[in-house]
This record gives sequence, structure tokens and C-alpha cells, in this order.
Amino acid sequence: MYVTQYNKDLSQRVKPKSDSVVSPFRESQLDQERKVLHKIAPISPVHQPLSEMPNRNELRQIKSAAEIGDPATPLTAESKDERQWKEMKLRLDDLPGILARLSKIKLTALVVSTASAGFAMAPVPFDLPCFLLASLGTGLASCAANSINQFFEVPFDSNMNRTKNRPLVRGQISPLLAVCFAASCGVPGIALLTMGVNPLTGALGAFNIFLYTCCYTPMKRMSIANTWVGAVVGAIPPVMGWTAATGSLDAGALLLGGILYSWQFPHFNALSWGLREDYSRGGYCMMSVTHPALCRRVALRHCVALIGLCTAAPILDITTWTFPIISLPLNLYISYLGFRFYRDADRSSSRKLFFCSLWHLPLLLLVMFSCKKSLLEKEEKGDVLGGSHERAMEIRLP
Amino acid sequence: MAVREVVRALRAGGCRFGRFSSSSSSSSGGGERAVSARRGAFKGPRFCPPAGSCRDWIGPPDKRSNLRPVIFHVPSHESPLERRLRELREETQAWNQRFWARQNTAFQREKEEFIYSRLKAKGLETRDKTGQKVTLNAEEMADFYKDFLRKNFRKHMHYNRTSAEGGYARIHSPFLFTSTCCFCHCL
Repeated sequence: MYVTQYNKDLSQRVKPKSDSVVSPFRESQLDQERKVLHKIAPISPVHQPLSEMPNRNELRQIKSAAEIGDPATPLTAESKDERQWKEMKLRLDDLPGILARLSKIKLTALVVSTASAGFAMAPVPFDLPCFLLASLGTGLASCAANSINQFFEVPFDSNMNRTKNRPLVRGQISPLLAVCFAASCGVPGIALLTMGVNPLTGALGAFNIFLYTCCYTPMKRMSIANTWVGAVVGAIPPVMGWTAATGSLDAGALLLGGILYSWQFPHFNALSWGLREDYSRGGYCMMSVTHPALCRRVALRHCVALIGLCTAAPILDITTWTFPIISLPLNLYISYLGFRFYRDADRSSSRKLFFCSLWHLPLLLLVMFSCKKSLLEKEEKGDVLGGSHERAMEIRLP
Repeated sequence: MAVREVVRALRAGGCRFGRFSSSSSSSSGGGERAVSARRGAFKGPRFCPPAGSCRDWIGPPDKRSNLRPVIFHVPSHESPLERRLRELREETQAWNQRFWARQNTAFQREKEEFIYSRLKAKGLETRDKTGQKVTLNAEEMADFYKDFLRKNFRKHMHYNRTSAEGGYARIHSPFLFTSTCCFCHCL
């Protein structure tokens, strides 16, 4: 007995045991469906509670299996194809998930956390309302930028495995709504940053949206320089966090931006190594396709640069000297993987470098925060210097 | 004009007896299967949306272009502006379909030729003992990917320029959706 679902209706069909699985499909599909049959066989329908809705995956598997075995309605490729047509109606239940995918919510979360790191590292007393406004504004700006990017790239996303299930590609949301969503995130986001935080942070946010949507996105199809532009896009959020706290663009902001800038290269270059076929077919100009040696060299170069940048942090009085010492093993490890990628130039080394970059950055920022030079230390240092100056003055005067 | 249409559509519930058209059909007739009128367009969708539906329908990815075809609903009282917008969207869809179908077909064909020539150069067979096709790994294919991208760069630039200047951006420009039918069908 199988429960099948078609257009949200459940029905039951009896499949006699003696039926042979004769499929008109191609060999690969037959193999896939044979596997599906094997999966659902152990499930006893007696124990399946009727009131419980099976999840979507199981239903799809059960449906595929039932379709093969049922002799009453012979399947043709055409009817299967017809079932895949969907009405372009926005389902409100699905809207939160659709908007989350449209705004690349995980990437947005990473962007907000780097901005938060910038805020936290700023050498000023922590202002919670300002922090929340800056984080929210940055998050909204990121949602807007990601939505516009997807709006521009529908045919390209359709042709790449990594992106073919995006909401606009699948028609789950209309282009109009996507743009409206982007506007309703971007405008309040920038307004929040400009009026709720400070104009400098708002300007940086607006500039970053422009850079991502109007420079990086078209440049992906024109020149390999897009990677460098994209690295700047990734570097701006921590700078925004810093300027939100201090109101000024100083050396500490630029250093944090520099760390994020350098990190982008091992991260993206390693990722792009496994996507060369899709990039080539889609017409994307990426170093991994056009200049593979440069791709690996740049990744390694920036892994090593991270060591230098972390050493500069105590010099600029952002952290104590503990930071370069503790972060050295982390940076040496990613540099080692960068070297392996440079030397071996294969899928395995690229994947290792990519996955390392995913935990390397949060850990580095955490270590940086824990080694942050406290305000108290700075004030004491300031008092000592001020006190000795006064004493010198006293001695001089008669 | 747009406000009157909004009110009319809201009163009617937005759903009338309507017709459907695909990128490959003319705008006359209703609900019947479309005939491919443009070379390279989606091969006349076999699917026919239910008569009562007043929304667009989106299909599975086309095997050649990987783009999902859309069958646009034709409202019974379609205004000239709505018709023009729908036709523009259909043209853009057909244009995109032609480009990507050609692109992917060429990619596949050239990839096969490359693999064949490399295997022949090595003195290997194109199929293994089980009859499966032998493929080269990504590192061996890298030369092909680079070469294909270089050879098709001008074509891609022309596509990007055209879509930015004309068809794609215009169709998807929110400022074109002044008519209510498009707005309703897009929700």
C-alpha cells in the first residue's frame, strides 16, 4: 500500500507484488527509481499514523515508486513533465523561506557578524542601541544587495548547479516583488544607518550596495578584476561597524577591512576552483578558468598577508601582542593549505582550503576580540604619560 | 488608466475566463496548445494550464537552455499596454532561450570533441569496459574551459550589452508594470 500525493491530495494505491518494474525511462532514471523502491519497502503502512503528514521528501519518493509500479495509469514522459508545471502564485506560507533565500540569509548573517566585529573592536565604550541599529541597518542593506544581484542574474543562475534553485529562477517570486523587497530593505536600511547611526556609515552602506550590484555583478562577466572588487565589497562591513561606533574612518577600521579583504581571496578562489565548468559555460570571467596559476598564487599570497595584518593590530593599538601570537597557528594553517592548493592545484586541496576559510574567519575575529586592548589600559597609559609631562613641567618652572 | 484597471480587476477578483500564450505563440486563440512560431524557442509546450487559472505558469527547466519556460496568461480584457508588455516578455523569453540553448549545445558538442581528441591522443577508448563514457577530470578539462570562455567572450559581451540595453532589463523593470493585470499575475 502506498500513499501518494498529487497536487496536495493524498490517495492510496495497492501495488500487487508480482508486478515487474518496467519503466520506459532511460537507464539512469531507472537506477534512481530502483533505489527509491528499496528505500520505502521496509516501511509498514500499518504503523504509519494516518493523521501524521509525511514530509515532502518521503512523499516524493513514495510517489515515484508508486508511479513505476502502478499498472492502471501508465506513465509517459509527457505527463511527468506536465506535473512539473507550477502556477506562479505566491504562497504566503512559503514567503519567509523564499525571502530568506532571495536575500541569501546565511551570507547576510556573516556580513552582519563581520560588521558587529568591527563595532566591537572599536576603542570606544560599547553603545548597545547604536550597535543594534548598525547591525540591523547593515543586515537590511545586505538583503537588498543580494536580492538585486539575483534579479540581474536569473538566466545565469539557471545554468549553474549551485544557483539553479534560487527563488527567481524557480518562479517562486516575481521579479517585481523581488525588486520591491530589495527596495523595502535597502531604503530603510540606509536611512537607519544614516539617521540612526551616522552619515558616514550610511554612505558606506549605500556605496557597498552600489559596488556589489552595479560593479561586481556586471564585472563577473567582463573581467577577472571582479574578484578584487568583490573583496572590497566583503571588506566594507567591518569598516562600517567601526565607523558606526567611532564616527570616523581611522587606521583600525582600515586594518579590519584589510583582514577581511585578504580573507576573501583564499575563500573565493578555492570555491571557484570547483566551479570552472559552470563558469565557462555561463560566460563568467574568473581567474580559476582564465588564469589558474594566478588564482592559486593570489590565494596563497593573501593567506600569508593575513599573518602580516594580524601583526599590525597591536602596532596600531587595537589589540595586545597576544593576538598575533595566538592567531599565528591559525594563519599558518590556512597558509599551509593555501600552499597545498598552489602546489597541487586539485579539487581536494581547493575544498580543504575553502572549508578551512569558513571556520578560520569567525575564529580569528573571536581571538581578536578577546585580545582587544581594553579602554582602561589605554586610559592608564594616557594618565601615566600626562602625569610625567606635568612633573617635567614642575621641574622646569622655578 | 492604471487606477481604473486596478479597480476593475479587484472587483472582478482578478480572475476571468482567460487565455494563455507562450513565447512561441501568437496572441490570438485561447487555451489551446501553442505552436512554435519562432525558430529556437521552447518547442511548443505540451502543457495547457487549466481553464480557470488566471495566473502565469512556469515549467521545468528546458533541456537545452536550462531556463524555465513561462506561459503567460492573457486576460480577457487585455489593454494595449498589457498586451505590449506581455509580447515584450515573450520576445525576451524566446531570445534568452535561443541564446542559452545554442550556448549549451555548443558547449556540450565542443566538450565531447575535446574529450574525444584527448583520449585519442592518449590512445585510449572513449568507452570503458562497462560501456560508460570515459570522462576527463577537471584538471584535464581546464584547457577546454579556458578556451571556450575565450572563444565566446564576444558573444557573451554582446548578450550582456543587449540584455542591459534592451530586452531583459526592460522587461523586468518594475517601472513597466503599470497595468494591474501584470501586477496581479506577478503576486
